[in-house]
Amino acid sequence: MSTLTTQDTLTPLFEGAPADFSSERALAKESFYTQGLPAVKAEEYKFTQIARKLEKEISDFNPAKPVSITEEMVKTAIFEGFVGYILVLNNGKLEEELSQLPSEVSISALSNQEIGSIAKPSKDAFVALNQASFVEGLAISVPKKTQVEKPILILSFAKASAGQVVQPRIWIEAGDFAEVTFIEKTILLGEDKVFSNQVVEIKGAINSKIHYYRLQNEGDQAIEVSNIETDIQKDSQFTAVTISLSGDMVRNNLNLNLLGSNSEGNMYGLYLLNGKTHVDNHTNVDHTIPHAESNELYKGILADQSRGVFNGKIFVRQDAQKTNAFQQNNNILLSEDAVINTKPQLEIWADDVKCSHGCTTGQLDEEALFYLQARGIDKTQAKGLLLYAFAGEVLEHIEDESFHDYCVSLVQERLGSKF
Amino acid sequence: MSKDNQILEEFTSKEYEHGWSVNYEVDEAPIGLNEEIIKWISAKKEEPTWLLEWRLKAFRTWQEMQEPDWANVTYPKVDFQKLRYYSAPKQQKKAKSLEEVDPELLAIYERLGISMNEQKRLQGIAVDAVLDSVSVATTFKGTLAKLGIIFCSFSEAVKEHPELVKKYLGSVVPMTDNYYAALNSAVFSDGSFCYIPKGVRCPMELSTYFRINAANTGQFERTLIVAEDDAYVSYLEGCTAPQRDENQLHAAVVEIYAATNAEVKYSTVQNWFPGDKEGKGGIYNFVTKRGICAGDNSKISWTQVETGSAVTWKYPSCILKGDNSIGEFYSVAVTNNYQQADTGTKMIHIGKNTKSRIVSKGISAGKSQNSYRGQVQVMKRASNARNFSQCDSLLMGDRCGAHTFPYIDINNPTAKVEHEATTSKIGEDQIFYCNQRGIATEDAVALIVNGYAKEVLNQLPMEFAVEAQKLLALTLEGSVG
Repeated sequence: MSTLTTQDTLTPLFEGAPADFSSERALAKESFYTQGLPAVKAEEYKFTQIARKLEKEISDFNPAKPVSITEEMVKTAIFEGFVGYILVLNNGKLEEELSQLPSEVSISALSNQEIGSIAKPSKDAFVALNQASFVEGLAISVPKKTQVEKPILILSFAKASAGQVVQPRIWIEAGDFAEVTFIEKTILLGEDKVFSNQVVEIKGAINSKIHYYRLQNEGDQAIEVSNIETDIQKDSQFTAVTISLSGDMVRNNLNLNLLGSNSEGNMYGLYLLNGKTHVDNHTNVDHTIPHAESNELYKGILADQSRGVFNGKIFVRQDAQKTNAFQQNNNILLSEDAVINTKPQLEIWADDVKCSHGCTTGQLDEEALFYLQARGIDKTQAKGLLLYAFAGEVLEHIEDESFHDYCVSLVQERLGSKF
Repeated sequence: MSKDNQILEEFTSKEYEHGWSVNYEVDEAPIGLNEEIIKWISAKKEEPTWLLEWRLKAFRTWQEMQEPDWANVTYPKVDFQKLRYYSAPKQQKKAKSLEEVDPELLAIYERLGISMNEQKRLQGIAVDAVLDSVSVATTFKGTLAKLGIIFCSFSEAVKEHPELVKKYLGSVVPMTDNYYAALNSAVFSDGSFCYIPKGVRCPMELSTYFRINAANTGQFERTLIVAEDDAYVSYLEGCTAPQRDENQLHAAVVEIYAATNAEVKYSTVQNWFPGDKEGKGGIYNFVTKRGICAGDNSKISWTQVETGSAVTWKYPSCILKGDNSIGEFYSVAVTNNYQQADTGTKMIHIGKNTKSRIVSKGISAGKSQNSYRGQVQVMKRASNARNFSQCDSLLMGDRCGAHTFPYIDINNPTAKVEHEATTSKIGEDQIFYCNQRGIATEDAVALIVNGYAKEVLNQLPMEFAVEAQKLLALTLEGSVG
């Protein structure tokens, strides 16, 4: 257990929490102290020593207060060509005046939702910490048979002066036959390191369709833990795309529970790292019922002293016959000091299933490089081209055109200039 | 019940073939474990002081260690104070040749199908037979000695080649390596020692046959294989135990040392008593096996066919230290009824241009749980390391489980590492196809399973491959999926 848990360092966080959700908070606090922040040898956090990072970088822990955000700042944060709704979060709190919200969707402060019913505090200490001490949460509910045609861009502004903790908490519900797309982008203000501990709970009803895209490009300031957990019902679909480009230490837990037959879950991720960035993606797909499908593709390009961690778990429960589950993780290491730790894990209790996973780590194909060079493309460009082709497979899964183009330009810029 | 399940049910009824036990006079240590017992074992074996001290040091470390709980297996904890740590058939005096060995003991091995007599010469295998805690006979010593090869029981090696034992004992698996290795270091009773001198290619397969006969006795054998520069040896290990209601503990340590250009091939057919159909009894098989490719261009190859044991916890590993060294791991693990297996390998790439290959085939039937747990680690200086891993699972029935836990840690950009895994089942359609062509259901299953495991079985020496094939068919008899 980390000293952070054993000492009183975290007390201001719990004391600063509002009075709402008192029973949920009490439960989570207890669960947090039972688990403690992950110790050095904790299997789930073995390669990502987040507790040690926090001990080193964050001196004291207080809930972050809202800061001032101008219209100008929102404008610059929106990427070119974006057409859709905008939802501005100020250290986790909704800024209605700066947002442009869709009328057909109900968006409000978290009030009577069943928080903790999807992302259970007992499963992860950071989920417990968030549930016990988040300041203000957001609830988004898409009524049934509503198709939100344009994507909703969640711009999460966070600023932390010394020792503040940002804990966004979002609850998303999509009714029967509802369709919605979210794009999440975080903007860090100020100079200080920011510890952000986010929890997103997503509930997809029968035949719903949810897309959740994330861009993590906040620079060296970001120490981030995010837990996104999704329950989806019969005939529904959930797709997550996570693009990680920078950060100090980033840990993403993405959990997907397939609760109804004919449901489909897709998880895609790209981590393009340089400097000393450390990105850890843990995914978990739980097949509990027959006839569901999951696809997973994570790709990484690691340069400099960066470190990538991937742990993909697929559980196929005893009743989940006729499951199709596929998982793939490919990595390219570009430098002597880059490290990748990957663990594609399958746990299967049913016999009539199609499950496979594949995992590769390597470098660029010399022959392909030579082929391009022989045709007059210089080496740097040729490398960039090949790496882009490698990364592009993940980007293809972003359906929103403007966000896709934005990610492509970011990736190309990185590959062209850096490598 | 579907057709699939029906065929499957029929398939689970084969009894364990080697379940008999024999009564013979024994010389045994009192039950329990403490420093006195260790001194007793050491004195019994007339060991030098350094070895006793080594044992005691291991024991003291073991007392401070925690039993590991990370493996994907559940079993009632072993009470180490209720076990007997030494049990040996009473022999008048140490047998110098086969003729002097108690015929009653040799008969045990005859019954297991391992003839210790000269007819074995035709097959060209030298055998060291270990019964409970001691080695009872070793064949072909003379022939081997002419080439300078030392192949004898571990206790004999301690007496006759102390300098070699002292040099290599614990060099690959340190006495404090893990909980069971430490326990073994403290109480190991016997095992095999094998030394191949420089430039010698061992002309025959060396083989050790382990048999646990006594009840409530743990078997803690220790095998040490040293291949000097340019040497080659192929080593076989087989094991069985009587059918008893209590769980028995088997915690062995195998160390392999391969010098420059040396090659060691280690094959195991493990058929300890797996427990009965209700999951009662059976052997706990907690084994530490590790080889080091210390010299350049050396090669270590592990092949295992795991059909027995109630609980298996075993990860034969290769440390690829020398440049251009090669590590291989081929495994077929079959679990039926309530068996649990958590097995796999570790390939640690340290030297340049090192290569490793992992082929693991898991077969689960009945209510068993079969896990592959492996690690491929490429260290920072291991340029151009290459690894290919494949772990496939075959599920027979809907009450068993197959799990994969591969850890892949890469610290060098020139490494090429691939891992793939698939899960499949034997379908009614496949069985039907065979039936239609006049192949009985049982044979069809054996055919499919053998085809599935062929990549691994091909790696076994011929005599073993035949035995392993039969064993696969027997273990799964009546349990078609």
